[in-house]
Amino acid sequence: MNSIESIKKEFNTNVLEVSTSHNETYLTVKKELIVKMCDYIYHHLNLPIVCIFATDERKIDGSFKIHYVFSEVKDDAFIILRISIDEENPKYPSITNKIASANWYEREIQDMFGLVPQGHPDPRRLMNFEDWPAGVHPLRKDFDIKTKPPRVDGEYIYRRVEGEGVYEIPVGPVHAGVIEPGHFRFSVAGEPIINLEIRHFYTHKGVEKLFENISIDKAVFLAERISGDNSVAHAVTFCQAMEKIAGLNIPPRANHIRTILLELERIYNHIADIAGIATDVAFSFGAAHANKLKEDVLQLNERVTGSRLLRGMNTIGGVRRDIGGRKDEILLSLSIIQRDFRKLMEHLSSTPSLMDRIETTGRIYNDIAKGLHVVGPVGRASGIDRDMRRGHPYAAYKEFNFKVIVSKAGDVHARTIVRADEVCESVGLIEQALWSLPEGDLRVKVDKIPDGHALGICEAPRGETIYWIRTSGNKIERCKVRDPSFCNWLSIEYAVLDNIVPDFPIINKSLSLSYSGNDM
Amino acid sequence: MTVEDEIEIMGQRLNDKIRNIFGRSLHIREVDAGSCNACEVEVNALSNPIYDIERFGLHIVASPRHADMLLVTGPVTRNMELALLKTYNATPSPKLVAAMGSCACNGGIFGDTYASCGGVDKIIPVDVYIPGCPPRPQAVIFGLMVALDKLEQKIRKKEV
Ligand code: SF4
Repeated sequence: MNSIESIKKEFNTNVLEVSTSHNETYLTVKKELIVKMCDYIYHHLNLPIVCIFATDERKIDGSFKIHYVFSEVKDDAFIILRISIDEENPKYPSITNKIASANWYEREIQDMFGLVPQGHPDPRRLMNFEDWPAGVHPLRKDFDIKTKPPRVDGEYIYRRVEGEGVYEIPVGPVHAGVIEPGHFRFSVAGEPIINLEIRHFYTHKGVEKLFENISIDKAVFLAERISGDNSVAHAVTFCQAMEKIAGLNIPPRANHIRTILLELERIYNHIADIAGIATDVAFSFGAAHANKLKEDVLQLNERVTGSRLLRGMNTIGGVRRDIGGRKDEILLSLSIIQRDFRKLMEHLSSTPSLMDRIETTGRIYNDIAKGLHVVGPVGRASGIDRDMRRGHPYAAYKEFNFKVIVSKAGDVHARTIVRADEVCESVGLIEQALWSLPEGDLRVKVDKIPDGHALGICEAPRGETIYWIRTSGNKIERCKVRDPSFCNWLSIEYAVLDNIVPDFPIINKSLSLSYSGNDM
Repeated sequence: MTVEDEIEIMGQRLNDKIRNIFGRSLHIREVDAGSCNACEVEVNALSNPIYDIERFGLHIVASPRHADMLLVTGPVTRNMELALLKTYNATPSPKLVAAMGSCACNGGIFGDTYASCGGVDKIIPVDVYIPGCPPRPQAVIFGLMVALDKLEQKIRKKEV
C-alpha cells in the first residue's frame, strides 16, 4: 500500500478531496484534523515535512488555505495536505508541539497572513518587527506592496536566563566581520554558552510579495537575488516550477549545462565555507590558500558564463548561453583546482591547532537535526542521508554517478569533511556532464505560462531549496520560497550549547547560513 | 592584461591618493543594509590573496568608530534603517559613504516597497555610487578612488 492509500484508509471520510498534478498529490482535509493527520504522516509514515505555506484565495472562495508539504523520496513524490480557513475566524490548530520543524513556518504565516496557529508554544512575531502595526499582513491580497505602514511602539521580549553569574551578550545586527545582519543574544556563565536566542529578518525585502508584482521574465532575476551566493540553485528551482506548470521538456543539453552550473556553485560555496573556518581559527595560511582557490573558481565562472556568480544563465525553458565550447578550459582549470584543494585539505587535517578547535565543537545530534529538519551538508554531517539530487532528481542528475556523503559526528569537523568530499564529487559530476554533453538546443521558447501550480525543488550548496508557484493570467499569483537556511537557522541554538563564546564564529561558519535567503 | 596586473596598477594609484589625502591608510567599515549577500562575496574577495587591498593601505575594520568610510550594500530594508542610521552616526567626521551595488544605488530589483526603503541615499548622504550586481572587485576599487577624489575636492573647498 502506498502512502496516499494508507492516509485514505486511516482517515477515509475526513479526506474531502484528492487531486493530483505531476508528482504532487493534494489532499484537502478538515482543519480540526490537521494535527492528527500531520502527526500520522510524519511519525507513522515517516515522511519529513519540507514546507508549510499559506495562500490568500479569498477572491476565489472566500478563504485562506494552508498547505503542508511532505516529501516521499522513495517514489519521488510529494503529499500536500490542504486546509481552508475563513476570514471571519482566522485560526487553525498549531502542529508545532508534534512537529518541531513547523515552528517558524507557523509564525511566518501568522505575520504574513494574519492566520493564528492556536496552541503554538512561541507565538511571538517573526518577520514583522515590533514596530510594525498590528493587523497589517503583507501577503494578503488586499495589501498594496507600496504601503508604508507607520512605525509604532513595541518591544520584543527575549527569553531570559537568570541566575548567579549569568550574563547576556547581545551581538548584532551590525557585526564586526563582513557578514550579513542578524541579532544573537547569548546567555553565558563564564565562557560557556548556556543559551542562545537568534533574532533575524533584518534583511526582509518582501521578496514573495515582489514576485506577485513583477513580470514573469523578470522573476528569474529576482530568484537569483534571494540568496546571492546560491543564485543558480534559486534560479533553477524557480525555472523548474514554472516549466512544470507549462509542461515543458527541457532540451538535454540545457539540463547538462544546468548541472554543471549547479556544481560549480557548490564548489565555490563549499571552498568558501572551509576558508571561513580556517579564518575563524586564525589559521591564516590555510585561509589564504582556500580563498585563493575560491577566487580561481569565481574567475573560471566569469570566463565561462560572463558572471563571477554564474548569474543570468538560466531562463524558463533552458539556459541562455552555451558553455560547451569551453569544455577543455573547464576541465583543465578544475583539475588544477582539485589538485590544490586536496593539498589544502591534507594541510588542514595535519594542523593540530586547527583540528583541536573543530573536533567535537558545535555538535548537532542526529535527533535534533531530524526534529528540526536540518538540510544539506549540515544535515548530512549529522547522519541525515538525504540529498535532493538523488531523492527528487532534476536537471541531469539521474544520468550520473555520485556519492552522497554522510557522516555521523555532527561537529564542525564532520561538516568540513562532508563539504570537502562533496567538492570532489562535484568535480566528478561536472566531468561526467561535460564528457556526455548532448548536442541540441539550449532552450525551448515559451510565450505564455498557462494557469496552474507546481513545486520546484533543488539541492543548493546549503541544502534543499523549494519553490511553490501558482500562476494565473501569465502572472505569478503566489510564489512561496523556502531557502535551506530557513530550516537550518534554529539548529545553531542547539549547536552552541556547552561550547565557549570564542567558538561561536567557527560554529556559525560551519553551518553556512544565509540571512538573506532566510529573511527574504 | 591579467587580473593581477590590473589590480597592481589600480592599487598603486589608489595608494597614492590615500597617502595624499589621509597621510595614512583608509579604514572602511562595511555595512550590509539588507543585501542579497553577493555584494558581500565581492567585498570579501577584496581581501583574498589576488586582490589583497591591505597592501594598498585599505583596511576593512570591525567598528564604524574606527572608520573613515562606510561601504554600504543592499537596498535599505525597513528593518535595517535604524541600524544603518546608528552606524552612520557612530562614524567620526569627515566621513565618506559609498553605496555599493545596484540595490544600494537605487533599490535595484527590490525597489521601494513596504519592506525596502530603496537606495542608501534615502537614509544617509552618499558620496559615491558603485553600480553592478554585484560590482566586480575592480569596480569597487575604482569606486573608492572616485570617493577619494571627491573628498579631496571637499577639503580644497574647505567643506570639511
Ligand atoms: S546589488 Fe545585486 S548583488 Fe548586490 S545586494 Fe543587490 S542584488 Fe545582491
